This record gives sequence, C-alpha cells and structure tokens, in this order.
Amino acid sequence: MHNEKAKEPFVRLVKRPSLPFWKSWLIRIASVLLSLALCAVLIYMITEVNPLRAYTAMFEGVFGTERRIWNSLRDTMILLCVGLALSPAFKMRFWNLGGEGQILMGGLITAAVMRYCGDSFPTWLLLLTMVITSLVAGGIFALVPAYFKARWNTNETLFTLMLNYVATQIVACFSILWEAIPGSANIGIINSATKAGWIPTDFLPGIFGNFNYSINVIIVLALTAFMYIYMKYSKHGYEIAVVGESENTAKYAGINVKNVILRTATLSGALCGLTGFLLVAGSSHSISTSTGDGRGFTAIIVAWLAKFNPAIMVLISFILVFLDKGTAEMASQFTLLNESFADVLTAIVLFFILGSEFFINYGLVFRWSKHKEVK
Amino acid sequence: MSVFITFIQKAITQGIPLLYGATGEIITEKSGNLNLGIPGIMYLGGIGGLTGAFIYEMNTTSFSPVLAVIITFLCAIIFSVLGGLIYSFLTVTLRANQNVTGLALTTFGTGLGNYLGGSLSKIAGTVGQITVYSTGKAFKATVPFADDLGIFGQLFLSYGFLTYLSIAIAIFAAWFIFRTRIGLNLRSVGENPATADAAGINVSRYKYLATCIGAAIAGIGGLYFVMEYLGGTWQNNGFGDRGWLAVALVIFARWKPNHAIWGSILFGGLYILYVYLPFGDAIQEIFKMLPYVVTIFVLVFTSLKNKREQQPPASLGITYFREDR
Amino acid sequence: MPTSNAIELRNISKFFGSVVANNKISLDVKKGEILSLLGENGSGKTTLMNMLSGIYFPDEGHIYVDGKEVTIRSPKDAFDLKIGMIHQHFKLIDIFTAAENIVLGLPGSLNLDIKQVAADVKVLVDKYGFKLDPDKKIYEMSVSEKQTVEIVKMLYRGANILILDEPTAVLTPSETEHLFDVLRNMKQDGKAIIIITHKLNEVLEISDRVSVLRKGEYIGTVNTCDTNELALTEMMVGKKVSLDIERPEPENMELRLEVKGLTCYNLEGVKALDDVSFSAYSGEILGIAGIAGSGQKELLESIAGLQKVSSGSVTYYDPKSGNEDELIGKTPLEIRELGVALSFVPEDRLGMGLVGSMGITDNIMLRSYRDGKSFLTNRKGPKKLSADIIRTLEVVAPDDETPVSKLSGGNVQKVLVGREIAAAPTVLMTAYAVRGLDINTSYTIYDLLNEQKKKGVAVVYVGEDLDVLIELCDRIMVLCGGKVSGIVDGRTATKEQIGLLMTSREKGE
Repeated sequence: MHNEKAKEPFVRLVKRPSLPFWKSWLIRIASVLLSLALCAVLIYMITEVNPLRAYTAMFEGVFGTERRIWNSLRDTMILLCVGLALSPAFKMRFWNLGGEGQILMGGLITAAVMRYCGDSFPTWLLLLTMVITSLVAGGIFALVPAYFKARWNTNETLFTLMLNYVATQIVACFSILWEAIPGSANIGIINSATKAGWIPTDFLPGIFGNFNYSINVIIVLALTAFMYIYMKYSKHGYEIAVVGESENTAKYAGINVKNVILRTATLSGALCGLTGFLLVAGSSHSISTSTGDGRGFTAIIVAWLAKFNPAIMVLISFILVFLDKGTAEMASQFTLLNESFADVLTAIVLFFILGSEFFINYGLVFRWSKHKEVK
Repeated sequence: MSVFITFIQKAITQGIPLLYGATGEIITEKSGNLNLGIPGIMYLGGIGGLTGAFIYEMNTTSFSPVLAVIITFLCAIIFSVLGGLIYSFLTVTLRANQNVTGLALTTFGTGLGNYLGGSLSKIAGTVGQITVYSTGKAFKATVPFADDLGIFGQLFLSYGFLTYLSIAIAIFAAWFIFRTRIGLNLRSVGENPATADAAGINVSRYKYLATCIGAAIAGIGGLYFVMEYLGGTWQNNGFGDRGWLAVALVIFARWKPNHAIWGSILFGGLYILYVYLPFGDAIQEIFKMLPYVVTIFVLVFTSLKNKREQQPPASLGITYFREDR
Repeated sequence: MPTSNAIELRNISKFFGSVVANNKISLDVKKGEILSLLGENGSGKTTLMNMLSGIYFPDEGHIYVDGKEVTIRSPKDAFDLKIGMIHQHFKLIDIFTAAENIVLGLPGSLNLDIKQVAADVKVLVDKYGFKLDPDKKIYEMSVSEKQTVEIVKMLYRGANILILDEPTAVLTPSETEHLFDVLRNMKQDGKAIIIITHKLNEVLEISDRVSVLRKGEYIGTVNTCDTNELALTEMMVGKKVSLDIERPEPENMELRLEVKGLTCYNLEGVKALDDVSFSAYSGEILGIAGIAGSGQKELLESIAGLQKVSSGSVTYYDPKSGNEDELIGKTPLEIRELGVALSFVPEDRLGMGLVGSMGITDNIMLRSYRDGKSFLTNRKGPKKLSADIIRTLEVVAPDDETPVSKLSGGNVQKVLVGREIAAAPTVLMTAYAVRGLDINTSYTIYDLLNEQKKKGVAVVYVGEDLDVLIELCDRIMVLCGGKVSGIVDGRTATKEQIGLLMTSREKGE
C-alpha cells in the first residue's frame, strides 16, 4: 500500500533526555531574539522607521530617566510579586486564573483602610492593617474556589476565572460609592494631602535618590527569597510538590490533601492581595477596575515560563515590563503606533518562548539523519 | 409590555455574540483544547471584518451590500482562523501549555484589535474614527415587513441575519457533535485522545480543525458586535469581558450548543438587567456580575451532582503525545 | 508472492532514549495459527506489538504483511492492514456506549445511525456467543465486558490479525475458557492471532507456536507440542532458577490485626467489601487471593485509612504498649502518629507509592519529611537511607536525584519496598508486590518479606499468581466479589481449591 520510498515518515518526534542547562537557555534566548527580529520587521512595515531607532526608543522608554528606571523597576516587582503568588498554586496543579480579582480585592481593602483609617491610625499601624487586610481579602477570593475544589473537585480554572469579574464589579461599585467628582466613577487620589498610608518614596535618598520605589523593591525581593526557600526546602513546599504530582501518593503519604489545597491556594490569593496593596499604597494611591491591568493573567505566563523558579521569574517579569514600557514609548514617538501595540509585541514574544519549550523537550528525527543517529 | 419586549430584544442582542463565542468554544473544547484565547479571537474576528469592510468601502465607488457582507465575513473568518491556527500550532504541534497559550492569544487578539481599531484610519492616511456605516447597515438589515407583524415581528424578526445564523449554527453544531460520525470521533478526542488515536482517528487533525472552526465561529461573534451592535465602528475595549462570558456560557450550557442558545439569551438578559432595576449606579455594578455568579453556581452544582455525562471533556487542557510512556 | 505468513518481522529495533526495547527482532506469524509471545515483563513484547499496531514506529527493520513490505505509521495504517490489537489497558471511552466505542473512527456516512450499529454488533455478539449489551455505557461495565467490547470492536472492523496483550490477566477461569473458545473459532476462520502472555499454562493450552523474547532480544520459536513448562521457563529467564520459594515456620504468633465485618462502597456506589472478617498474626504471611477487582484494593486501603468504610472495625494490637487501637475513622497520618506502624505498598507504584518526577531521596522522604520541628525539611537522614537502599537492594540508578519515573519497574519497586521496610513496621501490607518484575527481582522481594516475617512482622500479601501464594504464604484468604469465600492453609491448599473459591460466587448465580 505504500511505495518503497515512503518507508518511514519524513520527520518524527522523540522525547529528549534532558538537555544541558546552557543548551536549553540558548534555545530560549534564541527564541526571544527571533521574536524581536520579527517584531522589528512588523514595526518597519507599519512605520517605515529604522527598527534600530524603534528599539532605541524602547530603551529610552525603560531606562531614559531616573524616574523611568524606578517606574520600570516598580512594575517589574509588581509583576514578579504576582508571579510569585501564583507559582505555588500552579506547582500544585491548581490553576489559579483569579489573580486579577485577588489583586483587585487586596487593592480595594487597602484603599478602604487608607480612606477610613488614614487620619486616625499611626503610620505603622495603618500600614500593618493595610498589609494584613489585603492578604486576607486576596486569600478569601482564592479560598472559596479552593474549598469547592477540595470538597467536590469543582473545576478551579473556570471558577477562579469567573471570580475575576465578581471582583471587578465589586470594585466598580465602590468606584462609584467613593467617587471624587459625582458621575466620574473615579475615586481620585486617596489622602493626596496627608499621604497617609502611602509607601514612602523617599527612603534612603542618599543611596536611591530623592524619588524612589526602593521599599517596593525590597519587599518583593525579600518575598522572592522567601518563596525560593519555601518552595524548595520547606515541608510545605515538599507537600505542594507531592500533591501536584499525584493526589493519591499524597493521601498515601498521610498528607491532608484538602488542607494543602486550601492552604496553598489561600497563600496564592493572599500574595495576590498583597500585590494589590503594593499597587494601591505603593504606586497608584487609588483604585479602579483597571488597577490590576491584566497582571493576574500576565503573571500566569511569568510563573509558567520560569517553571516556578523565582530567580528566572525576575528575568521574565523584566522582559515583559521592558516590552510594555518600551512599546509605550515607541507609540508616543511614532504616530502610527499606539499603546495597544505593546500587547501585540508582547504576545508575539510569548508565542516564541512558548514554542521554544518544544525544542527543549523534544527532538526531531529526520529520515535522512537516521543512519547517523544509529551509528 | 413594550418595556418587556425591549428587554427581550436587548437581551438577545447581548446574547448573540456570546452564543457565537460559546458555540465556537464548545466545538474547540470537545477536542480537548481549552482555548482561553477565545476572547482574543473574538476581537480578531471583529477587527478583521471591520478592516475588510473599511478597505472595501474606501476603494469602491458602487457599494454593493452583498459584496460588502461577503468580504467582511471572509476577512473576519481569516483573522479569527489565524488566531485558531496560532493556538493549535503552539498547543498541538509544539505541545505548549494550553492555558498559557490561550491567555497569550487573548493578549494578542485584544491588542491587535485595539491597535488596528485605533490606527487603521491613520495607516490609511485618513483622519478620525474608523467607520463603515454602509456595511454596518447591510448587517443590520431586517426582514422588511417585520414591523407590521406586531409583537411577533418585534420579538422574532427585528434582528439582522447574523442573529438567525448564530442559532442555526448552534443547532447544526449540536446535531453535528452528538449525531454524526465525525462528532463522535471529535468527542472521543476530547475524552481520551490515546483511545481515539488507537481507533485510527487523526488526533492532531481533529484538534486543529475543531480549534480553527471554533475560532471562525467565535470570530463571527466579534463581527456581530462590531457590525450589528456598534453599527460598523470600533470602540476601544468596547467588547469588554464578553469573551470570558462566552467561556462562562460554555460551562453553563454544559458543553451542549443547543443549551447555549437559551443560555445566551439568559446571559444577555442578566447582563443588562441592571438597567431595568430601580437601584443606584453603584448597586447596578453589582448586578453586572450576575452572569458570572450564575455560572459559578452551575459549575458548583454540576460538580456536586457528579454525573458523568455532564462533566467537562475528560482530557480538557491536557496536551497529547502518542509516545508518552 | 503468495505466502502462508500473515506477518513477517525482520530485524525490528526500537530504542527509548538509551534503552534498547527491541533489538533486531525477526519473527513470523502464520495464517490460521495462534502464536504466543512469551517473555517476562520488560522483555519488549508489548513494545514489539505496539509497532505492529501503529502506536510506536520502529527505529530499524522491515514489516511484511501478506508478503508485502508495509509501513505502519499510525493505528489507522494498522487497521487498513486488518491488524487489530487489544491492549492491556483498554482503549475505550468511558462515557460512550459499547456501540459508540465499536464504531469509533470508522468511515461511513456522516449521519451516524447508532441503532443500526447496535443491531450489527448484536449479530456479531450472538454469532460468537458473547455477553454484551451494545447500549451499555463503558463506565457501567465489568472488566470482562470491556474486554468483550474490545474484541468485538476488532471483529466489527474485520481484523484478520489479532493481537491480545495479556488478555487473561483480568479474567476468571471460566471467562478465560470462554475467551479461548472464541479464539479457537477465529483461528478456524483463518485469522492469525498473537497472544502476549507470561502464563505458561495458558501458552501450552491455547497456542500452536511460542516465540520467546528476553530483555529485548529474540530467543527463539518452538512448536507448542514439542515443549514444556520447564523448557519455556529456561528460554524466558535464560538460566535455571529455583522454583522453590522459602517458607520459614511462623514463630511467636501474636494477634496483630483483627478485622470484623468490614463493608465499604467504591466511587461508583458499588459494594466493594461485604462483611469481611479476618485476623493477621505476627510472624506469618497472610496471602490474599482473588480475581482482580474483588475488593483487595479496598481492603488494604480501608486498613491504611485511605478508604471510607461504611461499617465494621479494624483493631490493631500494639505490641509495645499492649493497647487495642481502632483504626477505622482515623486518617493515614493519625494512624501513624498513634504509633501504629502500618506499611503499605500500593498497587499502582508510580501512581500512588512514589512521586515519579522526584528522585530516590525525595521519595524516601515521603514517609519522614515531617520529622523535626523545623519549618524546613531535613534531607540528611533520607539521603543516607537512600544510599543504604541503593546498596543493599542493588537498585540500578544513575544517582539519587534521577526521577524515579526514569527507572525500570523492578528498581522502582525496590525503592518502594525498601522505604516501607525501613519504617520498621509491625504490619506490612503489600499489593501485587512482584507485578511487572523479573524473576530475580521477585525472589529478592520474597526474601525481603520472609525476613520481615522472621522479625515478627505481620505480613499481608495480596498476590495474583496462585503458585507463588501457595509457596510463600502461611494462610491464604480468598476474596470473591468483596466477600471472604474462604481461608485456607498455604501448606495444604491446591490451586484448584483456591481457583474454585475465587469464582464461587459466579457459580452461585
């Protein structure tokens, strides 16, 4: 039925034994470069600007001024923080797609504390209350789907996804209740005069300059170190890994799977809530439905691409922020681009990185390369 | 009475894009692909159609509504199938994680939609908002004598042809999935690809086709929004969270397109219910979450009942590699 | 060129990474014969057959069907060549009916007339005398019904070459007899049938010729009438192995575990255990026999605290304190924390006993990771223990970090048993401890169990090979349909006696 020449398929897939560390990273870096080249072609086709100029504009957007560097750092840390929050849940194979909503809830409660307690609480108590309530608010929004997952195996991917919009509408409701100018649905800057509950931006000016987000950076980097140890060396981290691999094994080992699911999901949501705190208290000093800005989703990609390794998450968060800020600057310099173009470029880079994993995990065997392989 | 009729009409108008999205996503999910890129694909369909119509209207002197509709349709489908192809290539051929790929695709589709929606007229060298009212009008054309038929006409005949097409597609999809050989094969791929493979079914081809056809159908939902709802223009992020609502509708309909038909109207109704309720603005916002809350209840209820036939396709979200051992 | 050979394999090789699964294998299957493909687990039988059914693609070699060279790239290619394989793990869609599964993937009119398919299936079923309702959903079926669906599926597709992968492993003796009758009928029709098995008595009963594989190599083919069990065993294992399993006399027997009236239901709501009562004593091995799915899994899991029990009691007599502890209602962890040392080797090694993606040390930690008050885990102890296990049990692994899923079945089992024994249990429960292991490793495991027995551990051994049960165990409890159908003395029991007890309920019905 087949002629002689079609003796074997033209190309076949085989699962590779693990590649050396440097080789897999070479593939990943190559994929990023390739995607950037494709983006350059796209930019050139649209704007007819020399892509090098376009990329220069990107660098300006990210590193152009001291202020911009701090902004980029701040946003990298925020994205990293969400990535850190999501990774324990993902490692456990609990698909927390509700980061966006958990961020919003954390941010909302932070804003509420700032509004209502800003004048009466001393600074330390105010900040402490904000941190704790934001952790609780985010945690609750993850605890609910986790409870149903643990109890009745309700699909958490879809449940957490739906909760994002519940949170969005709650925030929308408060945006109107608290609106600064009637009819604007915008609450404006909270405590703009007293700056009560704002994370200071003049921490150690001698080292970091008069305006800095160093506290944000320090908080998130400390969290990064903590999560690294938590995931790799703690008993909790071990349990998460076992539950993620096989619930049956976990039960057999006497691990209370339900508790681990509840605990880990709540931790994940709580840290998303903390991100909401950082966003509201440490950067926007306001709350709206777009405070999360899709980070709950973007961070899923951060966590996944980094294989839940916090150190690599730093790098990937930075790449994404670089693309976002850089493209925004490009859009302001070249009239034919606009802010949404950043999403297109980001997505293209993500597609390439996602695709590159294939070449790390699988090898192709071509018909003609066969004999070589056998020898 | 007339308030009620308007309410139903508006509910249907809101529901139709969801029905397209849900029908497309059901077909996709039946192949085991959880395409969370559907919201992005709907943006792609919308902007694709709009681009096609825009180019046609710019370059034609004698506007033909039929030709405009055909061109718009084709462009919408090409754009959305492109999204489906990106998703399939990454998840089926390159075996990337489905959730992550889907979310990246949503970023891509939303971004491209908003980018072109904002810049298309600038690229074409004109100024102002991109609008294609003539084509929009062609899409909104209703049966001529609809208004003469009283309530019946208003309730059932006052919509553009895309409304009826969506219901026809949903019914056809239901028949196709549950009553044909190919539908049986498709469901088997989503339930257990290894078994389907062993039965001689080309798993990759089914996944590709289901995803791309699903994407095309979902894309028409975006087209509906742009043409019939907005009347042939672009509104930045105007489509909002409707893509996710379509994903929610899939769950609500328990992966059956025929249930998605009435589900879409219910969702549409819940989506606009707040307008008809005597509450302040703030409380209205709370009512907007109703469709999602209802979906959560359905999700929880389904898992409580734990009936085998009503669960999501068993291999949903899992990539398949034959030689895994 | 006309030929009497349905299939000829020439120099077929298959590699998985650095593992050679099949090395230059050549063999023939004639039309109208039943060929047994004999070999231990891991000898490459299933891999070889998977290349015929299009699951794997050979790395080297040629396949001829009816004398013509063919390329089998996919299961579809195999179907087109009328090759049908019935896998050990049934490839059926749970929520579909039998008829839907049978018609799956077949060409035909777009509109599917499932009633017509069901009628056609019924004809086929009646012709061969199967028991099968075409409209029954797979998830409602018993194992033998599912196998019937698989076979009918192949017949419906007009398969001329049938490959069965260990078809009798899940069947009762009477079901096996029935299957063999059907196979003989098909042989009469001129079909070529290949049975993958490692049960020698069945090989001798059903097949015309036997081909033997060992460790991926082709050893030879003999006519069944010219051979016997001993000769085949020699071909299979390569050297003579003592068939005697040691059985030391039990000493200092003390009541360790008392099970009374244990009843439970499985996930589908079917009664899995029905009023099970027995006792286990220190210093003896209690065997548990029964057809697969007779409640063995549920019994062990109930005692280990992993299964919800609807009624009954399990009393543990603590040798140290002399206390009597009720185990039902306690979590696995509570059972451990009470000081009740209960080690349990679950049926599904990688699915339950071990974490496939973790290395040996991390898997060893599964029992002990909680030790110490620190928030962090202590890896020193487990690392030393894993080195001990690797050394004493001769585990072949690159290092203790390599994911255990990359190790062979025998090595995985050694890690698992080694870990359980290291916990110094007073009750050691094992299920199918030697399933999938080669003979040498099996003996290592038997020795380990006997060693525990001599130490005064109460060993509960759930097995499937009656010969082993009779030689190893002091007493054998037989389960049938979730009930205890008898407890016999291992020294006096016969296979026929136990076989009868295993199927007693079947006869009653």
